[in-house]
Amino acid sequence: MTIESAPVTSETADRSAAEPAAVPSKPAAPPRDRLISPVQLIIIAALLAFAMFALPELVDLRWLLVATSVVIYTVIMLGLGLLIGRVGLVSLCQFVLFAIGAWVALRLHYLTSMPLPLVVLLAGLVTAVIGVLIGLPALRLSGLYLALITLMAAGGLTVVLARLQFPNGGDGFSGNSRAGGSTSRLPRPSLALGDVAYFRYCIIVAVVMFLIAAWHVRSRAGRAWAAIRQSEVTALAAGVNTTLYKLWAFALASFMAGVGGGLLAAAKGGVSINQFPVQNSVILLAVVMMGGVLNVWGAVVGGVLYKLLPELLDNWGVSTEWSTILFGVGVLQVLLTAPGGLSDQMPKDLAKLGRKLRGLVVRTPAAAEDAS
Amino acid sequence: MIEVTGLTVRFGGVVPIDQMTVTLPHGTCGLIGPNGAGKTTFFNVLSGFARPVAGRVVAFGDDLLSIPTYRRARWGVRRTFQTEQAIPNLSVFDNVLLVHENTGGTGVNRRQEVMDAVTFVGLADHARDHVATLGAGQRRLVEVARAVVGQPKLILLDEPSAGLPDEETEFLGTVIQRIPGEIGASVVLVEHDMSLVSACCEMIAVLDFGKLIASGATADVLRDERVIRAYLGEEDVA
Repeated sequence: MTIESAPVTSETADRSAAEPAAVPSKPAAPPRDRLISPVQLIIIAALLAFAMFALPELVDLRWLLVATSVVIYTVIMLGLGLLIGRVGLVSLCQFVLFAIGAWVALRLHYLTSMPLPLVVLLAGLVTAVIGVLIGLPALRLSGLYLALITLMAAGGLTVVLARLQFPNGGDGFSGNSRAGGSTSRLPRPSLALGDVAYFRYCIIVAVVMFLIAAWHVRSRAGRAWAAIRQSEVTALAAGVNTTLYKLWAFALASFMAGVGGGLLAAAKGGVSINQFPVQNSVILLAVVMMGGVLNVWGAVVGGVLYKLLPELLDNWGVSTEWSTILFGVGVLQVLLTAPGGLSDQMPKDLAKLGRKLRGLVVRTPAAAEDAS
Repeated sequence: MIEVTGLTVRFGGVVPIDQMTVTLPHGTCGLIGPNGAGKTTFFNVLSGFARPVAGRVVAFGDDLLSIPTYRRARWGVRRTFQTEQAIPNLSVFDNVLLVHENTGGTGVNRRQEVMDAVTFVGLADHARDHVATLGAGQRRLVEVARAVVGQPKLILLDEPSAGLPDEETEFLGTVIQRIPGEIGASVVLVEHDMSLVSACCEMIAVLDFGKLIASGATADVLRDERVIRAYLGEEDVA
């Protein structure tokens, strides 16, 4: 049945022009867009100065190499944290993308002899393209199904990499020669030949990655990701090109994994294919959740946990395999009690502790007066 | 003006909208009816999330249904949802900026235009506050600010007063009333709060089980016996 509408002859026809209520109508200036507050800048500068100049003096070579690994893994965790925390996409192939970054960097080096910064940049870009290809299912999948697809992709790529091995100066597409051994390593730039210099070099690259991440979070992409994470339907209703921004997130996370891979390939000891088992993608996810995915500091906490904890266990004579169990218990604890991760919870706990201590200090003189 | 002709939506054996024909003039139009009447489905059709099996929608001279879903917001369709959709961990300003920059707002005055929308709903003092820190009424106003920013043509408000106390609903009503005159967009308001509908809308269309049972001037429709039987009930009229 069709009912035609009646013409509007409302007595309230000009109601829209009615006098508004007490709504402020003065033009207000938009707030300033600031990437970082001065206090945050001072804290970050102090931490960086400590890491770059004090830490190498305080620790021996073994712990310096661990610290270099922490920095490199922080870069990968940063990408994964952005993907999960900002966009709501769970990827279980970041670890194999890390390996692909190392593979591409080595292959480019043996093919072109380009300097390390360029090799690392190109490794990141190529890995970003591969990450986008893996991320294509993300356009239609989410949650468990996306995690499953990315895990299977990681498994497949690991098989391919195991077949190819890392390039070591051989011929053909793989660039691998059995005579070259199972470990491959990129030469470092002349500015960062030593282990301390390379540690600082990795920190500088990590800082650049953090700036890229922070800029993304505060920019149009970050707002679009927040909308997608909230609800894809409402993001579409707000005009957000959800396809573009989801793929962009995959590209950025993969770029960071690729850059991390390039840096690892030039670290002491180089890389071998046995370093990249598929299950490490799951552990990486657990640790990044422990660190926290809601802010970029979670990547630092995650990197420290992932590389430092096994080394500490080893130092104390405990098998490093226990770290997997500890990560499992840790992620359970964090998800139950601090869903924002340690990087979110620690400042709150410290503030609470500070308040309690202040309370004790303030109460004590008063109590003393009462007693007298 | 929005002309809807013979609009039919079918999901399997369910027909949430059946041969709906109505003309919505510029201004604020109420769309009322019992739960399940097809009101939100009508919004989904206009915003591109539901595809009708028949019918046409011509809005401001454009065939709205021929515009792809992802282009509707840029064309000028804005909507709010029954559940709150303002993003809690973004500031009020960023929530509105998000919509503006994704619907063509790229000029040098972009930030000022966003601030104007925030001011329009009375939240200028909260522009930098995170939405999570606001009350329910203010969060609804953020959604209205997201809808009015830029140059919208058609704003669809889906139960914006749900869960709000009377004084906040009243303030929301004053904001909605100003939209056609100050923003220049037409508003379609789905609402169960009849005092808000009466205060804001020059005309009303009434849906019942997917069929349009009445439409016209607000006062006339509210006296219509079919509307009273299907939706308002005897006590509301008394």
